[in-house]
Amino acid sequence: MIEKPNLNYLKEISGGDVIFEKKMIEIVKKELPEEIKSYENFLNAHNFKQAAEIVHKIKHKISILGLEKSYQTAIDFEEDLKRQELTLQLEFEQILNSMVNFVKDL
Amino acid sequence: MKSIIIDDEEMARAILEQLISKTKELSLIESFSNAIEAIKFLNQNSVDLIFLDIHMPTFTGFDLLQTLKNPPKVILTTSDKNFAIEAFEYNCIVDYLVKPVTQERFDKAILKAKSFNVVSSNSKKVEKDIIDELYVNIDRRLVKINFATINLIEAKGDYIQIKTDSKNYTVHSTLKKIEDKLPYELFLKVHRSFIINTTKIVDIEDNSVLIGNNVIPVSRSNRPELMKRLNLL
Repeated sequence: MIEKPNLNYLKEISGGDVIFEKKMIEIVKKELPEEIKSYENFLNAHNFKQAAEIVHKIKHKISILGLEKSYQTAIDFEEDLKRQELTLQLEFEQILNSMVNFVKDL
Repeated sequence: MKSIIIDDEEMARAILEQLISKTKELSLIESFSNAIEAIKFLNQNSVDLIFLDIHMPTFTGFDLLQTLKNPPKVILTTSDKNFAIEAFEYNCIVDYLVKPVTQERFDKAILKAKSFNVVSSNSKKVEKDIIDELYVNIDRRLVKINFATINLIEAKGDYIQIKTDSKNYTVHSTLKKIEDKLPYELFLKVHRSFIINTTKIVDIEDNSVLIGNNVIPVSRSNRPELMKRLNLL
């Protein structure tokens, strides 16, 4: 079952600083769709090395949204991509969908 | 301590900025999204502490360190534990923080930074306390265990079992907690339930490693790190 994103980590770091929380959410909202697009483009072009670079960037957002198991999946997928191995692609993209849906409603 | 942040990711910078703003001992002088700008700044200004991302495009954190003649104290930040081995080659590195950086781990790193002395760049020696043992609470006694005698540590529910050359100790703790106390260069988490002393490896098969007469599973995600640690012929 896919984990649900949450703001627990951000709230811990913010210490109640709502402006900070808002700023972070805005960054995710802005950057995540751009990074997903780049990831898809690199994957379609079979540029696995660059796709892995993008997964590396997205990985941090996954952890920030409290997705601990998914973070491990992203680590594995980043390594897999460097070897042109795509077994975890579907699982990784499900994580992306769940993040996009989560931030959309924030 | 006057600090700067060098990280290409805006979120990572924002998180560190937030953590620094809550820390009395630190003042943030500047944040940089690339290493080149930071080098220019460091050539003209002195700082006490750098929060340095390792994984940056074109110019990595390690590249930056090599350009600095007398680097200040450095706390590395990384999403990738694998880089930490290289960190031990630099005598200015106080600690490394794996992203996402938690408040607790950040505070520990700052404590270390306060008592850390950078030895001159010509010296390879790192001037910090070398701890080679761990004290664990067993039946209200603090028992000393030397790191070198530990073969492996296994998670068992709410407990961990520390297996040494002569004895096994069962302690109420977690692998995560003990992992933070162990010297990185000796120990490696190879599976969610096992940390091994890499100097005690007898042999390695596809998905397992033999420590003494214990066959320990190695998970797929931890295997690359294990392989990196080996002096392979």
